[in-house]
Amino acid sequence: MMPNMNMVESVNNALDTMLSKDNDVIMFGEDIGYFGGVFRTCDGLQEKHGKHRVFDSPLSEGGIAATAFGMGINGLRPVVEIQFADYIFPAYDQIVNEMAKVRHRSGGEFWCPVTIRTPAGGGIRGGHHHSQSPEAQFTHTPGLKVVYCSTPYNAKGLLISAIEDNDPVIFFEPKRCYRGPFYGDPHNVPTWSGHPEAEVPESHYSIPLGEARLAMEGDQCTVISWGAMVHVCEQAISDSGVSCDLIDLQTLVPWDREAVVKSIQKTGRCVIVHEAPKTSGFGAEMAASIQERCFWSLESPIERVTGWDTPFPHTTEWDYMPGPDRVAAAIAKTQED
Amino acid sequence: MSEGHGADPLHIPDAPHRPGDEAGFIEWPWSPEDLKRPDVDCDATETASMAEGLVRVLGDDNKSSGHWDPKLSTEEMKSGLEYMMRLRIFDDRMMKMQRTGKLSFYMRSYGEEAVAIAQTMALKEQDWLFPTYRQPGAQFVRGRDMVSMICHCIGNEMDNVKGRQMPVHYTYRDGRFISVSSPVGTQFSQAVGVALASDYKGLDEVTITWIGDGASAEGDYHYALNFASIFQAPVILNVVNNQWAISTHKNFASKNSNFAVRGLPYGIPSIRVDGNDFLALYSVTAWARERASAGLGPTHIEVLTYRAGAHSSSDDPSRYRPSDIHSFWPGGDPIYRLRDHLKEIGEWSDEEHQKLSDRIDSEVMAAYKEAVKFGDLANGPYPSSDAIFTEVYENPPWHLEEQWDEMKRWRDS
Repeated sequence: MMPNMNMVESVNNALDTMLSKDNDVIMFGEDIGYFGGVFRTCDGLQEKHGKHRVFDSPLSEGGIAATAFGMGINGLRPVVEIQFADYIFPAYDQIVNEMAKVRHRSGGEFWCPVTIRTPAGGGIRGGHHHSQSPEAQFTHTPGLKVVYCSTPYNAKGLLISAIEDNDPVIFFEPKRCYRGPFYGDPHNVPTWSGHPEAEVPESHYSIPLGEARLAMEGDQCTVISWGAMVHVCEQAISDSGVSCDLIDLQTLVPWDREAVVKSIQKTGRCVIVHEAPKTSGFGAEMAASIQERCFWSLESPIERVTGWDTPFPHTTEWDYMPGPDRVAAAIAKTQED
Repeated sequence: MSEGHGADPLHIPDAPHRPGDEAGFIEWPWSPEDLKRPDVDCDATETASMAEGLVRVLGDDNKSSGHWDPKLSTEEMKSGLEYMMRLRIFDDRMMKMQRTGKLSFYMRSYGEEAVAIAQTMALKEQDWLFPTYRQPGAQFVRGRDMVSMICHCIGNEMDNVKGRQMPVHYTYRDGRFISVSSPVGTQFSQAVGVALASDYKGLDEVTITWIGDGASAEGDYHYALNFASIFQAPVILNVVNNQWAISTHKNFASKNSNFAVRGLPYGIPSIRVDGNDFLALYSVTAWARERASAGLGPTHIEVLTYRAGAHSSSDDPSRYRPSDIHSFWPGGDPIYRLRDHLKEIGEWSDEEHQKLSDRIDSEVMAAYKEAVKFGDLANGPYPSSDAIFTEVYENPPWHLEEQWDEMKRWRDS
């Protein structure tokens, strides 16, 4: 029987697996060394693998990214943590102008196999600066791969693929789901215990980047999401009574267009759900691509359910984050003739 | 292929004490008589001894002495003591409320109460404060009502920032206390802009700002020193070296154990001050203000202190340092030091101290009871979620109006 892990443990296990497997893997970030990270994802790794492999960094996201860049182009495989995705922006120049472009700008002579892990998303009363989900700020940057895990099982498999990938990868971890799936009810948050997606092999395995996961199968509507919202969608689908494919995108760049097109050709209807703001969110890219490929299969307009185009609030976050009611209503709307 | 250098590559620092280690610090070699107070128009190089040493006024004998003694009146000192006690009692009460779910989060200033309070008292009321989350005490000096502060921390209907920010991220424009932002370090370079705007307008306003030892590793710290120095901004730039950034020891922020000296190569007069010595802090800040006000530009100050408590309610420092380590800090406790000085000069007694403590305690409790009338986090009522949409822009554009209507339909259904 496979061990049951929550997402903190499966991320930790993926990191441990890669530190053991590849001596070029090196990890640093704020509070990840001695302390093991503010979310405990790096707990015990310094003790096991040594201070020179897992260490604390100065509070300098730009410095973290730049140093990872330098190590990456000189043969290491750095895995760095930005403590909250909201704090990634001092590193934005290094990521967008440097990491993302070095392979191209150097005629392929240099490349940067860096993984940047960062907890993202809301639902923890984090207010403006501990809640954002800035995936679209990175999907708009050619040269980066963007991954957003949602369960303990895919967190480990995707993280291993990200680390083994020779391109820079931004790896978002939905912090709301570290210790349990989040179905949209803040007063009833279960743990991962007993969840099938929490059965995580101890050994090395990988989930290819660019492949979506079919989390639920149905034939009346295609619901597409990623991160914590996948579980909200699961709840919404069951509330709606509509038979839906639920596609957990897992990788946003490159995304699994084939899986999406195939599903929509079957269902003819589509809802896209993300917690980041609507305008220029990754849902916009999805919707545009879907109409290019599936226009003649669509039976109703594509619906988007997203966070509002506002900063993320503190006390009223449940009026901000998409909940099962909004998603279920969007699913129902796609069923209207 | 080039050779590696053996079994233990990379130089990785460590904290001096970890859980299980015996806590202790090297005894301070500095005393109040060490350093002269230089003329305010001095050159940066003339402050080298201030940056390398430590400005102190309160000695181990609880007496005040030396060139930096600000010679405050008894009333001023008592007032400073009261503000510091108020902050500690307030913090303790809020932390208890956080533990019972009435607040989502809290951060105390434990052990660092003197910093913002003494420094703000040394300024003029027109001066701008650009704080981090560890300087809420400045608001007491500027007259903020505790009920209003608690309403912010709870995020209830009377929260002046409308439930948008996490607790302790205060905004208090009436007190010229600029809005606190979570990303560390950003305010430090912004404060230079605030100061230059005052300069441009020809106003006698000085801006003071703070940054932690940890956040001094951010680019913003260096932007601030460079811009302030080049444009001779009327700004007071404080690095509050409390030794810890969550679990990250200051050895990861600077190879040099001294932060003050970093200002010297930027051409900024720089001073290190005992951050638990109310009088020394007051004096150094008054000196820096005088410089700024006279058009002599910025001052860079390292405030040497110790974060006696946890980083926040989400932190457990016993995982990364000895749990009793703060009690060994050579700078002692800022409240007890000022209290003991007042006792030493015959102006204070244990009875008066207890009486004041009891009075503040009941005032804090009364303020708390008043604040929760407007709602608490566990039970509401909350600020209207309309506040999600207001003040994103000066006027909401059409797409926000539409989304606002949609939110209301869900909320009110």
